[in-house]
Amino acid sequence: MNWLGILWDSLGLLFLGFAFVLVIVFTLTGRKPAPRSLRDMPVFSRLRDAVGLAVEAGTRLHVSTGWGGVLGLRGLSGVLGLSMLERITRAASASDRPPVATAGESALAILSQDTWRGIHRSTNPEENLLAAQLVGLTPFSYAAGVLPVIYDEQVSATVLAGHFGSEVALLTDAAERQKSLVVAGSDNLPAQAVLYASAGETLIGEELFASGAYLNAGPMHQASLRSQDVIRWLLILVILFGAIARWVGSL
Amino acid sequence: MKAKAPFSTAIAIGFGLLTLLAYFLPNLLGFLRDLLIEWALGIVAFALLIGVVNLLAVHWRKVRSGAKGVYSAVLILSFAVTLIVVAWNKPTGQWSLWLFDYVQIPVEASLMAVVAVALIYAAARLLRRRMNGMLWVFFITALLILAGSAPLYFVQGVDLQGLRSFIANALAVAGARGILLGVALGVVATGVRILLGADRPYSG
Repeated sequence: MNWLGILWDSLGLLFLGFAFVLVIVFTLTGRKPAPRSLRDMPVFSRLRDAVGLAVEAGTRLHVSTGWGGVLGLRGLSGVLGLSMLERITRAASASDRPPVATAGESALAILSQDTWRGIHRSTNPEENLLAAQLVGLTPFSYAAGVLPVIYDEQVSATVLAGHFGSEVALLTDAAERQKSLVVAGSDNLPAQAVLYASAGETLIGEELFASGAYLNAGPMHQASLRSQDVIRWLLILVILFGAIARWVGSL
Repeated sequence: MKAKAPFSTAIAIGFGLLTLLAYFLPNLLGFLRDLLIEWALGIVAFALLIGVVNLLAVHWRKVRSGAKGVYSAVLILSFAVTLIVVAWNKPTGQWSLWLFDYVQIPVEASLMAVVAVALIYAAARLLRRRMNGMLWVFFITALLILAGSAPLYFVQGVDLQGLRSFIANALAVAGARGILLGVALGVVATGVRILLGADRPYSG
């Protein structure tokens, strides 16, 4: 195999190594100076306001992490949902009615319960049982299982962060009928299209993955956002270079 | 990195890095990747059992408390019947498939139909509440795609199918690729954070 073949085979590893280095460098350099300002995204300030209002009014917040599980590519959006659950549960820890989590996949449900218990440390078994629920194991049974939570638990804000399909329209419709704020994002394109048309506040594409930086989850979240920006510009240059090279080649 | 539960964090980071390296070095570490994925699948299968117990416990509590307990009772009864039928008749047996074909699929199909109605209702609500330039683009595109998909024999001289094809194959694909590239970047960044211990979806 020639050196070009070896380089081609190691491209993925090099790309990941580059991403690792960028995140570490930006984390180390981003600690000391004043934190860099992020692009204004009203959705996150509305979410913060909703958490404060829920604590004051004694209503519940609902976080749903979808049915994508934790394995494979689609699992990472669920992991992001867990991260949002942690931030929201922590922010609303003073509330009489703690947030409730739902999931359409068993590992996500267990991890949601683990996240919830890590903050509340409740000894009440009933509260622990209802805090994070597995509501269904297929996309539509999951949607049908989430509906009673939205309707019956006095939910004032619903956060949908994870892997969903078109059935997510049922959830946003129910939340809108209850006049609760809906913040929703997914890694799945059809779900994003449905959410754009039906949810109050939609996180498109990578905006979902930027949630940690906006919810003050730590310096590494901001560093990873800056790394994404650097890699994005590199990708744009590579795409432009490829398009121009192809155009020149066709002349 | 958070200091609490360093043992579970170390295990997660160690196995995550091993699996990632095995993906890039299949000849050297491929056997290890297969072994770790087998373990993960075993754990996920066990998690399924725990999840089902959680589901039944939540609905059993609802039955006992009486708050909309009828629906929960139906769920528990349906679960028991399905479990008995599948255990007795095997998963691919006649009665198991009957349950799947004549109960599961019709119920989910009817929910799919409700999704269509919910989307139309949501679109109408959106027009009333959040009208801006991008929303006009969204709705005009949706209408053009719908019109281009239907055999409108009374419309002459306008190549709606060609327009639909251009929107679907050029504009929509370009936009979708842009979004997917953004999602992929987000996925990589999240993966890096998990491997560095900054994102920990476990408490240990």
